[in-house]
Amino acid sequence: MNWIDYLTILCIIIGCFFFLAGTVGLLRLPDVFTRLHALTKADNLGLGLIALGAALQVGSVAELIKLGLIWALVLVTGATVAHLIAHSALKQGEKPWQKTP
Amino acid sequence: MSLVYQGAALFLVLNIAAGLVRVLRGPTKADRLLAVQLFGTTGTAILILFSLEMEDDAYRNLALIFALLAGIIGVIFTRYAQKPGPPPQQRITVRELD
Repeated sequence: MNWIDYLTILCIIIGCFFFLAGTVGLLRLPDVFTRLHALTKADNLGLGLIALGAALQVGSVAELIKLGLIWALVLVTGATVAHLIAHSALKQGEKPWQKTP
Repeated sequence: MSLVYQGAALFLVLNIAAGLVRVLRGPTKADRLLAVQLFGTTGTAILILFSLEMEDDAYRNLALIFALLAGIIGVIFTRYAQKPGPPPQQRITVRELD
């Protein structure tokens, strides 16, 4: 177990923490739009950190490119689907949550 | 080392189970679409962790295809959610069935 293994473990643990933050936001936030924020940001970051931890362990450049491609794909599709969901929710008449004093 | 991968994969599966609460409870259709997006991203992460544990490169190919399919499914569900539902007078409630 050299320092690369410790770094991988650290990246994976922090990535899991971001996934937890995204799920807690999904359950606890009051409105669809706020949940979209929490979910896409935290999931992209969590997946990016797990992919980084995996990138430290693989042997060849082809696998590195594949991992980078996975992360970039999830980033782009996540942003697109988040926009589409927010647009569809707005068209169906959802009002954003206002903080009642 | 393998313990870390398995523990993290188990933790992510528990996250998916917690996301199912939002699928059941979510008052709008958009909430359920959100949860599908969660499943896609978390499933991709689980597949990457599997590829590290089994030391097999095939799982990373699976993760790539999963990420693609999750995006496509998100788009399809959004287009499906925009179709109008049945008009309010014709919706059958449970009481009318008795």
